[in-house]
Amino acid sequence: MTEARDLLLKIRDLRIEGRSDEDWFPIINGVDLDLHKGEVLGLIGESGAGKSTIGLAAMGYTRDGVRISGGSVEFDGIDLVNAPARVKRGLLGRRIAYVAQSAAASFNPAHRLIDQHVEAPVQHGVSGRSDSIADGTELYRKLRLPNPDEIGFRYPHQVSGGQLQRAMTAMAMACRPDLIIFDEPTTALDVTTQIEVLAAIRQIVQEFDTAAIYITHDLAVVAQMADRIKVLLRGDEVEEADTRTMLSAPKEDYTKSLWAVRSFERTEKPLAGADEVPVVSVRGVTAAYGDTPVLHDVSFDIHAGRTVAVVGESGSGKSTTARCITGLLPPLEGEVLFNGQVLPADYRKRTKDQLRQAQMIYQMADTALNPRRTIGQIIGRPVQFYSGLHGLRLRDRVNELLDQIELDPDTFYHRLPSELSGGQKQRVGIARALAAEPEFIICDEVTSALDQLVAEGILRLLARLQDELGLSYMFITHDLATVRAIADEVVVMKDGRVVEQGGKTEMFHPPHHAYTDLLLSSVPEMDPDWLDRLLAQRGVDNIGDAAVDKM
Amino acid sequence: MRIILQRLGLGLITLLVVSIVIFVAVNMLPGDFAQVILGQGATEEASAAIRESLELDKSLTARYFSWLGKLLTLDLGTSFAQLNFASNMGGAGTVTVAEQIAPRLGNTLFLAGVTAAIAVPVSVMLGVLAALYRNTPFDRAVNIFSLTSISSPEFFLAYVLILLLAVLNPILQPLSNINSDMSFGEKLEKTLLPALTLTLVVMAHMMRMTRAAIINLLASPYIEMARLKGMSPMRVIVRHALPNALAPIINVIALNLAYLITGVVVVEVVFVYPGIGQLFVDSVKIRDIPVVQACCLIFAAAYILLNLTADILSILSNPRLRHPK
Repeated sequence: MTEARDLLLKIRDLRIEGRSDEDWFPIINGVDLDLHKGEVLGLIGESGAGKSTIGLAAMGYTRDGVRISGGSVEFDGIDLVNAPARVKRGLLGRRIAYVAQSAAASFNPAHRLIDQHVEAPVQHGVSGRSDSIADGTELYRKLRLPNPDEIGFRYPHQVSGGQLQRAMTAMAMACRPDLIIFDEPTTALDVTTQIEVLAAIRQIVQEFDTAAIYITHDLAVVAQMADRIKVLLRGDEVEEADTRTMLSAPKEDYTKSLWAVRSFERTEKPLAGADEVPVVSVRGVTAAYGDTPVLHDVSFDIHAGRTVAVVGESGSGKSTTARCITGLLPPLEGEVLFNGQVLPADYRKRTKDQLRQAQMIYQMADTALNPRRTIGQIIGRPVQFYSGLHGLRLRDRVNELLDQIELDPDTFYHRLPSELSGGQKQRVGIARALAAEPEFIICDEVTSALDQLVAEGILRLLARLQDELGLSYMFITHDLATVRAIADEVVVMKDGRVVEQGGKTEMFHPPHHAYTDLLLSSVPEMDPDWLDRLLAQRGVDNIGDAAVDKM
Repeated sequence: MRIILQRLGLGLITLLVVSIVIFVAVNMLPGDFAQVILGQGATEEASAAIRESLELDKSLTARYFSWLGKLLTLDLGTSFAQLNFASNMGGAGTVTVAEQIAPRLGNTLFLAGVTAAIAVPVSVMLGVLAALYRNTPFDRAVNIFSLTSISSPEFFLAYVLILLLAVLNPILQPLSNINSDMSFGEKLEKTLLPALTLTLVVMAHMMRMTRAAIINLLASPYIEMARLKGMSPMRVIVRHALPNALAPIINVIALNLAYLITGVVVVEVVFVYPGIGQLFVDSVKIRDIPVVQACCLIFAAAYILLNLTADILSILSNPRLRHPK
């Protein structure tokens, strides 16, 4: 779709700076961008590459503490850098719309969906309230939201994440804009939800011939959505080409390294012998939050030195199972065995040694580390608690742990978490778990908040530590690429039940349980025709959550 | 609903604890009613006679429980001063504590009502405007003004207002000696000056909380979304930020309203306003325990009720609680 059409958006030598204390430092160093009417441009890069900043700048908007320091942004002949606020407000929402990463956070919790939907058309004088309500309902129907006539009258918290994301796409479409900025719209979603949202976005963008900038860090996703792809690295353009060329023949080394990330894969270890006592054995666990049942008769074993990946969508009970194992949520029925010994259900009744054996690493390293403690204190605390070391010997042990996670002790010992990158923080989280010298570690979505290159580093580190220390991992994830990379065995969960379990190789080859099959087939592939093929094979009503609901 | 009942129950327990604390505290004050009334000429016999007639000779716990028992039948008792007066005069024409307090409480509520009617809308509006024009001269001016007024002693503010609005420009009446025979309009006119004084006192909290609660939300993704939909700054704040900032604002308003009911003695004295605060202070002076107790209970109840109202309103302002999944 690169035929000569009218140029809609023209960005030349865009320079953007951000403020840190008193200094301005560059975020974007002179990026050019052309977008024609009806064209979809994919912007990819790791976090910190400046993708979102460019996306917002294309709307003439900068966040607080960020400024456009040079270059031009022209939308349909209007200079957005120098246009007065009133002129820009007239364009925003009406001719340029925005779809944010987290629809749950970007819908105002105080108003109904439809009231937020009609706000832009009514305030911009595009159409009346009742007309735009009717139009909104029609858009909800087009985007295949359930109960399109009624869903708009709900509050955001009453609607699921994937549905909210589609409702937000509908909201962006409310004034039939010429340009929509999609800022990682599916990053926070489960694969089965993501595929539905992707199909919906693509369909509606094509139907209304809307130009779009699609920002993501997921290559396979952008391959489905974009006509052209632009790769960014720390505020600089690396290269730009049409999607097929970019996928088949990337020129730059950096692009090639991005493409290669998904290659990390450990070979599966042979299955443990039947007479071996598993490190952790979950037996018939049933649990509930208050009156809401969450887990139903969950059983699986984790053997020494092996990794069991627990996969499933959000709400399937993965993390709740972890809470039962650690004793944070005593199960109603069933028990958890550790090396053949039954563990007390409540962590308060466990001995220090029992507590030491099972450690956790969390998804959000940001919030899992105390922001006011230095790295040395964060790691030193469990060392002291479990082993009682003091003074120099404590310091030595912490240094040793820092070495193990490949961070230089002298540099990092006195730093605060805020001074670390996401990947480094996650490494500290690993060191904190190792500090207890456990046999078993629960990794709860430890890589899902990280960029692919960084995530791969974490996976390699975890694999190395497993080999060196003989650790067992329970790896909670919804990302099947991660499973493929690190797991020995896979447990598939759905609605609080284990639907299938077995060795990795076995799991990735048919025949599968219908749900496992759906999960596997929903993972986007680096092939621009993948989504088309899947839709042709299965039909729009048999992908994603719609298909899950039919089960 | 269960939360509300729980809070009500907790409130009652709080009231009970407050009653004990007050009872003990008042009785620990040096001297008692008999000594105060008889003054220098107190003889042992005279004091004992008064104590006996007021049952002050009984033990502390016995007196507490007899008072509590009467309270449960909504009998606040009769003030010592009245009892003493009646026993000297032959037992006719005593006024109960309830009858003593009722008109005073009415006046206090009236003053608090007028003040709230001025202060709440003005401070929320100023808070919204300060948030809208944050870090501009307007914002600073509002902040400096409200901080100055909250930092100044109440009597000073009162005299400044009297000087400005009653002496130099005789618009309002400097004396607020209202009584039950006056019409609503007259009362209102006489109450305006103390109400304005109190407005200055309570405004700062509410205004600053409104401003802070709104600014706190301005970094939220949904505020950015509203801006990216091309909404005007005013609309972003009033329609998108304010509804989500209501809970903290409501709580601060409730605290300040409670203050208006319980803590305005100084302003009452300056304007000769017949509120409950003066009665309370006078009763403490002569150790008139039934009146002091009753006032304290009313104050505590006011705090508890207002906070309960604030909780309920906060719940109502939160769609998550109003419309469960």
